Amino acid sequence: MEKSRSPRVQSSIPLWRDERFLRILGQVVFLAILAAILGYLTSNMLTNMRRQGLGLGYDFMRLTAGFDIGEHLIPYDRSSSFLRAYQVGLLNTALVGGLGIALATILGVIFGVAQISSNFLVQRLARAYVEFLRNIPLLVLLIFLYTAVFIKLPRVKEAVILPGPVLLTNRGVAIPWGIPTETFSLYVRILILGVFLAIAVGSLLVWYGRRTGRAPLTLLWSGLILAGVAVLGWVALPAPPLSLDPPAVQGLRLAGGQQLSPEFMALLFGLSIYTSAFIADVVRAGIQSVSHGQVEAAKSLGLTIIQTLRMVVFPQALRVIVPPLTSQYLNLIKNSSLAVLIGYPELFHVSGTILNQSGRAVEMIALVMATYLAISLLTSTFMNWYNRRVRLVER
Amino acid sequence: MSKELANRAQALPPPSVRYTLLGWVQKNLFSTWYNALLTILALGLSYALLKPIIAWLISQSQWEVLKVNFRLLMVGQYPVAQLWRVWVCLDLLAAIVGLTWGIWVHGRRLLAAALLIAPLTLALLPTISASTRLFLLGIDVFALIAFGLGRLRGLALRRLVIWSWVVYFFLVILIINGLNPGEGWFPIVPTTLWSGLLLTFLLTVVGIAFSFPLGVLLALGRRSRLPTIRWVSVGYIEVIRGVPLVTILFMASTMLPLFLPSGIRPNLVLRAMVGITLFSAAYLAEGVRGGLQAIPHGQYEAAGALGLSGFQSMALIILPQALRIVIPVLMGQFIALFKDTTLVATIGLLELLAISRSVLAQPQFVGSQREVYLFITLIFWVFCYFMSYVSQRLEIALGVGER
Repeated sequence: MEKSRSPRVQSSIPLWRDERFLRILGQVVFLAILAAILGYLTSNMLTNMRRQGLGLGYDFMRLTAGFDIGEHLIPYDRSSSFLRAYQVGLLNTALVGGLGIALATILGVIFGVAQISSNFLVQRLARAYVEFLRNIPLLVLLIFLYTAVFIKLPRVKEAVILPGPVLLTNRGVAIPWGIPTETFSLYVRILILGVFLAIAVGSLLVWYGRRTGRAPLTLLWSGLILAGVAVLGWVALPAPPLSLDPPAVQGLRLAGGQQLSPEFMALLFGLSIYTSAFIADVVRAGIQSVSHGQVEAAKSLGLTIIQTLRMVVFPQALRVIVPPLTSQYLNLIKNSSLAVLIGYPELFHVSGTILNQSGRAVEMIALVMATYLAISLLTSTFMNWYNRRVRLVER
Repeated sequence: MSKELANRAQALPPPSVRYTLLGWVQKNLFSTWYNALLTILALGLSYALLKPIIAWLISQSQWEVLKVNFRLLMVGQYPVAQLWRVWVCLDLLAAIVGLTWGIWVHGRRLLAAALLIAPLTLALLPTISASTRLFLLGIDVFALIAFGLGRLRGLALRRLVIWSWVVYFFLVILIINGLNPGEGWFPIVPTTLWSGLLLTFLLTVVGIAFSFPLGVLLALGRRSRLPTIRWVSVGYIEVIRGVPLVTILFMASTMLPLFLPSGIRPNLVLRAMVGITLFSAAYLAEGVRGGLQAIPHGQYEAAGALGLSGFQSMALIILPQALRIVIPVLMGQFIALFKDTTLVATIGLLELLAISRSVLAQPQFVGSQREVYLFITLIFWVFCYFMSYVSQRLEIALGVGER
């Protein structure tokens, strides 16, 4: 009797004191306010746009762009469409982002390890490098590199020639490049075969490692096989698939090789060394997070230094390193938008030009933001997947 | 007896190892063959990098451009007649820093001396005006008085100091902006005249002052039990963190007028401040969330058991602990905000970087990029380094990670 009464007591709580009801009410009110604000802003926007005679929509992307872009990976000229220009910008961002991530990772790992070196000089120099770069704005670094370094290189006539030959001039940097010959397509096929072979051997080694409990040098053997196939293919083909094209000074301009503009060089270098300082700290923190007992335990098991690093320290450090490393990669890609101030035609710069030419502010900004958001989400999805894989080591 | 001995043996400090200079070099630089190789490599690399730089500094660099444009770089076009306001802000800052130093910082005499001697040396320069000299000396005087006060009455003043920091941030904006819309005393200085290092600082101050509360709210929203509030917070944070600041600033500069009724045109500085605040809040929210997650659930339950309401337990129990944990993260974010203020150059505001670009456009200083940019790099570096130093001291003083 007593027990059956209590639910009735609870249900007799007035509505305005019932927590379940209040929660729902709170959310409804919150959503209503949010919707009201957004609706107000949107209606303002539509009114303003109607007054200026603008509509919404992406039809204008098919119109002729009518402006030039200095560097493009796909064919482009003034008569191409806005969409094509946007694609050019996207590819340039991808190029700088990809190369920048690779360079920044290499430099970052070197300086990160150097920061915990037992060599006093090396450690101090690495520390100074990191402390210097972490405490200056990237934009200042980029503009300094562009206007005070790459633009101030000697003129083409007096080009600095480094061994390679690499030509340094104020019109850009020229490096040797390969020109594909008629056997190139065959060689690409050989390379693809090599990749498959390397993957097959790699998975075989992993399977072997799982079965026997020994950790084989998977990456090393796969890499060696790929390299071996590449070299063998090069030698076996009747003519080399690439012919060397060294750059040279021809009168007042550079000829041959691959020419990299000062804007590109400044952006790539600036982004890489700036991000590498942050990566160096991530790497250092990751390695230091592995407790010293682990190293001592590995030593007492009789592992060599290399084995200790490979099988004890790195797998554990990697788990600490990967999440912050992801955000550094994302930062690098987002920071590439700063190229707008040094004039490299990446996504943001090109989109700004499109905006100015077409007058479609809302659409272009929405498109640019959506693109960066998509890149961010894709990268973080990939890195999360990788992180989960690394995490599997954990028990 | 033997126990006593053992105790005494424990109390002994570890044996200090003494090296001769050569011994030290041998141990730290040439212990193994690869270390020796590394040392030589590092030496060679630094020589190759430093030699042209030092040669340039000694023989080629010309610093005339900085001497001529110093005031432009510092305060931009801020009216000369109103410059005393900037000095008042600096003197106030000196007083608060002195007070803080007196209460919390112990030792560090060398740094304190350096900070005091710097304005004194500037005041002794022959070329500056009498009023400037007075304000420079004021920095030292106020700092010393406040320092003494902090030493003597430190415990009683703690709360006051924290509040005065909060008030200071808003006071600075008020002093620089002015009150009187007319011509007379304390007139409003239009934001179009805000530029140089002054604008960089104002953007930072406003960004910190407004993005911090917003960030805390977003972090709380992300951990809310109400799903709609949580989703909206998560959506906001993730979207903002997924796009570059330049796009947000660009949006603030070109699109904000579209969203507002046709009469209202907020000025560009205000738009930049809104953009920076909204951007930074998302990052701060993630930092604060980390702190909130680190608080054990027992704390919530204990607060509930004491009869505190949800709001009370959050404000009095959870947040103070959570914020203390994330001080390093927050300071890092504030440093990032300071560095990010350079990006307003993309929307045409003349902060330190942009104004140095316009200095370089002067015909007589066209080739002086290296000098000017080195100078502003140095300015940014000094302030960022100082901020991260303060953050480390704060961490130690508040005992982060010790409990």
